[in-house]
Amino acid sequence: MNKKLYVARSPRIAARQLGEEMLVMSAQGSTLFTLNQTATVLWQAADGKTTLEEIVERRICSEFEVTPEDAIRDAEDLAEDLAKHGILLVSEIPIPSRDPVLQEQIR
Amino acid sequence: MPGLATQIAHYSVVIAIGDVAIRLNTIDADFLEILHHRYSGFVSPAAHAEFEFDVDLLPPPFTDSQVDLSVTQRAGRWVLDRGDFRAEWDPAAGRGSIRQSANPYSIDAVLRIVHTLVLAKQGGFLLHSASAIRNGKAFLFAGVSGAGKTTISRLAPPDATLLTDEISYVRKRDDGYVAFGTPFTGELAKLGENRSAPVRALYLLAQGPENRIEPVNAAEAGRQLLANMLFFAEDQEIVHRAFNAACNFVDRVPVFRLTFVPDARVWEMIG
Repeated sequence: MNKKLYVARSPRIAARQLGEEMLVMSAQGSTLFTLNQTATVLWQAADGKTTLEEIVERRICSEFEVTPEDAIRDAEDLAEDLAKHGILLVSEIPIPSRDPVLQEQIR
Repeated sequence: MPGLATQIAHYSVVIAIGDVAIRLNTIDADFLEILHHRYSGFVSPAAHAEFEFDVDLLPPPFTDSQVDLSVTQRAGRWVLDRGDFRAEWDPAAGRGSIRQSANPYSIDAVLRIVHTLVLAKQGGFLLHSASAIRNGKAFLFAGVSGAGKTTISRLAPPDATLLTDEISYVRKRDDGYVAFGTPFTGELAKLGENRSAPVRALYLLAQGPENRIEPVNAAEAGRQLLANMLFFAEDQEIVHRAFNAACNFVDRVPVFRLTFVPDARVWEMIG
């Protein structure tokens, strides 16, 4: 990975862990998503301050049997996918929490 | 100046559903009669109503209910727009207006929407489900069209009080949830009883070769509840409230899948 990526949970999303599964709902189209295990880990760790690389090293490689190279590539794809659905915010700079103006610009 | 002023009669009726009273004002005596007939059992003698709407009746060309519904909020004022009605509502002021033709279907849609918005603020919701009281507890039977809401309602024994065969009204209380009767009918075309009881369980309906009750895990219960919940606005706050209401409900109320053969024996397992 050549660049650092930061990820943050979108404030436009409502989320709740029900049993073993994480449900997230977007106001856009009232769309409901169920996150898989990896996406749930990424969602929970997405604080806007920790890089995607660090999340992968600390949370994903330690929990799932996957090489760092594969994990990073998959995490980038996953973050991109979640961002497309408005679930995550992705930026090359840290994302201040609850800063709606900056978060809107990042979107 | 006597003789020059036109006397216009003003009529009103208070319709109380789920303990939320809404006054409808009209100058049309025939429409008032339609309302009394449509909401029989839910007309309240109380003078006070939490919300009040002036209903302006327009000629029948204003009747295209196929046009997409839009429910939007700006500066605290809601606008409800469909081909057959346009309503504006200021919840803080407690007042609104409705333009529609003289039919019960448009006013019914407006009332459903207003109640979903009222309930969303309180952690409650309207649900595509039949509901009934038995032994002092309310049971909800949710499902899409064809899942069996009408069938299970029709099979209800004499000691069960039918609250609705189509749209259940659920309010949050400190100690749980309460289901109320509604006049919102489905195929049974029979108004629910205007009563209420604490919710004991939610059943997700399916018809099958035998009667069977199975537990449903929390996430699936949440998904199914949201899939059957009525909410019309794409407003972020309302969507988040609806989502949280569903999650809180499945945290508190047991949810089961009820597979049943369409005969009265299914009620032996309920209550």
